[in-house]
Amino acid sequence: MANFYRDNADILFHMRNLDMTRVIDLKEDGFSEKESSPFAPKDEPDALDNYDRVLEIVGEIAGDFADPRAREVDEEGATFADGEVTYPKGIRETVARINQADLAGFTMPREYGGINMPITIFSAAIEIISRADASLMLVFGLQGLSDTICKFGSEEQKQRHLPRFASGEVMGSMALTEPDSGSDLQSVMLRATQDEDGTWRLNGVKRFITNGCGDISLVMARSEAGTTSGRGLSLFIYERDQDMKVRRIEHKLGITGSPTCEMQFNNAKAELLGKRKLGLIKYTIYLMNGARLAVAAQSVGIAEAAYRKAYAYANDRTQFKQPIRDFAVIYEMLTDMKVAIEASRSLVFETSRIVDIKEGIEERVEKHPDRAADLKDDLKRYTRFASLFTPLAKSLAAEMANKVCYDAIQIHGGVGFTKEFDVERHYRDARITNIYEGTTQLQALAALGGIIAGVVSERLSEYEESFNFSTVAELIKPTQKMRSHLEMAISYIKEKGDAVYQEFHATRLVNMTTDVINAYLLCQNALHSERKKTVAKLFITKANLRVKSTLDYILANDHSLIDLHDEVIDKEV
Amino acid sequence: MGLQLIVTVKQVPDTHNVSGDAMKDDGTVNRAALPTIFNPEDLNALEEALQIKELTGGSVTCISMGPPNAVEVLKECLYRGADDVILISDRRFAGADTLATSYALKCAIERVGEYDLILCGRQAIDGDTAQVGPQIAEKLNINQLTCISAITAVDEESITVKRSVEDGYEIVKSQFPALLTITGTANEPRPANAKKVMTYKNIGKEMCNTSYDESYIASDSCAILNHVKEWNVEAISADPEQCGLSGSPTKVKKIQSVVLSACESRQVANSDAGVAELIHELIEENIIG
Repeated sequence: MANFYRDNADILFHMRNLDMTRVIDLKEDGFSEKESSPFAPKDEPDALDNYDRVLEIVGEIAGDFADPRAREVDEEGATFADGEVTYPKGIRETVARINQADLAGFTMPREYGGINMPITIFSAAIEIISRADASLMLVFGLQGLSDTICKFGSEEQKQRHLPRFASGEVMGSMALTEPDSGSDLQSVMLRATQDEDGTWRLNGVKRFITNGCGDISLVMARSEAGTTSGRGLSLFIYERDQDMKVRRIEHKLGITGSPTCEMQFNNAKAELLGKRKLGLIKYTIYLMNGARLAVAAQSVGIAEAAYRKAYAYANDRTQFKQPIRDFAVIYEMLTDMKVAIEASRSLVFETSRIVDIKEGIEERVEKHPDRAADLKDDLKRYTRFASLFTPLAKSLAAEMANKVCYDAIQIHGGVGFTKEFDVERHYRDARITNIYEGTTQLQALAALGGIIAGVVSERLSEYEESFNFSTVAELIKPTQKMRSHLEMAISYIKEKGDAVYQEFHATRLVNMTTDVINAYLLCQNALHSERKKTVAKLFITKANLRVKSTLDYILANDHSLIDLHDEVIDKEV
Repeated sequence: MGLQLIVTVKQVPDTHNVSGDAMKDDGTVNRAALPTIFNPEDLNALEEALQIKELTGGSVTCISMGPPNAVEVLKECLYRGADDVILISDRRFAGADTLATSYALKCAIERVGEYDLILCGRQAIDGDTAQVGPQIAEKLNINQLTCISAITAVDEESITVKRSVEDGYEIVKSQFPALLTITGTANEPRPANAKKVMTYKNIGKEMCNTSYDESYIASDSCAILNHVKEWNVEAISADPEQCGLSGSPTKVKKIQSVVLSACESRQVANSDAGVAELIHELIEENIIG
């Protein structure tokens, strides 16, 4: 009887201490459904209690059901024969449980069959599911598809599609990537043309599509013939029929339980979602941001699984007559792993809350246009924060998961390299997290604009104003020092105005930024718990060193790598 | 059409998480010191009932006898899809052994009225007697199919099941009504349903007196219960003498914590005399005979 929610003290800590007041107010719109729906909350405590209970169900499915099947899912993998994709047995069984528990419409409004959970709770749920089986998240976590239809579809489209997503009757995919359009989605070439009666038809190939075999796909296609930019792209709802063939599925290093499909569209009928030309610049950006946050949460879950196994093994394994955890080289690894997981989790929760508030304000503006003027500035503010924090959370958590899984194998030693233990699976599964939904390098570029424009400073100042850090003075002082180092680096790069130098240091600037934000978030956590003070202290000690050395590098104005890299990588001897 | 299914469920101490003060000095269970859970095999029984309902239609009514907080296991039944739940609770039911328990449950089942199948967990993890199910069947004078590890077929009149027996299994078919006791290997119980949890988490229980005669089984399966029914001795027309401690012939004489430990094996001479000596010893020790 394992419950991956109840047994996770850190998630429970966040559930107790997260400030969800505004999120709940927006999500429940003043508890307007308390009379009309039997399961709508009547007040804030009731909503919080619902979240806790829903996560308990997720935790039970993850711990009791998905986790015991995960190894078999990995070994069996998704298979492809005669044009049809088969999910591993364990995935099918667990998905059936998820549907049976009414968790397939997790964030969807109640009126369409969902349970109206905030994204913050969805992130926790994705983490919990991913700790059991990272592949499973690719079904459970893809609910952003229905969110996209919900946000941009017509009422008729919503009525027709959403209840089927909520019941689990249909699953789907986001079909964006093409053989020649990966990170650069503006170059998507799949054609969308209209018949004389206005029916849209899709022609072309999509590649690397998770669940491409699913019933409903959101397909990005070039609807404006002759264009080459992102503004010629629209998003389409495609319901599977004979006019789309899955040509093959990929043989992958990890997340083998999730089929990654190549889709061939042969004059396949589709319907336009929202407006033409907004496919990439509005809808896909929204869809991708949701998916990025989901991958961040997935990463934390994979890391949590690997850490727990490394911790257990290090306690169990005796060498030189003592448990290996008592050696400094091992306990430092374990400590760094756990601190990194807790820091990433704080950032994922913070980002999720920001996104919840941003989405909530947008919905409120839509429902109550009379209040739009009051909310305008707030909406802009949270939109800025969401655009910055999402790539930060995604890149941090994904890189963290890779490092934690790497170290988890290291702690296991030779057996960690074998299939007898689970850490090698986690290691393989983690490897995709910093690639799909935009690589870490692409996340850095996505975050860079906000960092340079001062959005990070704006948010950090809000933390300074909203929290009384006087009881954690020994933590906040070095944190503030780190912040000043970050701001020195930002202003140096800004004043220099050298685009090449800026891009060269993008990842470093992003890492500095996440270090500083994490330090502030851990200081906030430390206000609630003595142990969290220790976590913050250990994090800040090392982060300070990293931030300082990065600052030195940036201020050194050293162009040697930019100037000389050809010399090294193109020539021999 | 559809089958009327009754499931008996019990709230039990979590014997897998026993702490030091699990037993009082007088040898009875210190319930306060133990977390309570849904008896595992009762969850298997509920799961079978829900699966039968999904197949044939009908309704599932869950009954539990226990103290007021046993209402929690009944809510767990609602969370998983039970249509109606009834708590049998009265101080006069306290201290019941299997005989008094099965008597009270039988009275409650008679009060419910129509049923096709009664499903019980094979046994509860606190007493491990596996007696209550069979006793209910005897008292109701209906067929009993015990230790069921699978239901292989069900139609509107009969059920076919796989029974675990000592050296294998047997396939048995019975007409309705019948009582089944279900083992832990029969299925993997479903988790709670999120919507139902949020719907039912705050409902209370309501004492129903003897004149309470509404239809216990909601005709509309979408109907939402707003309370858990609570029945006392009078509500189920039970004889107080046959309930609780006064209706329980079982007396606990002594409870002993037996710790089994490995020891040296003993060679028995491979002769008639050796075997006779061993058998004699086993009879002496009350191990056989």
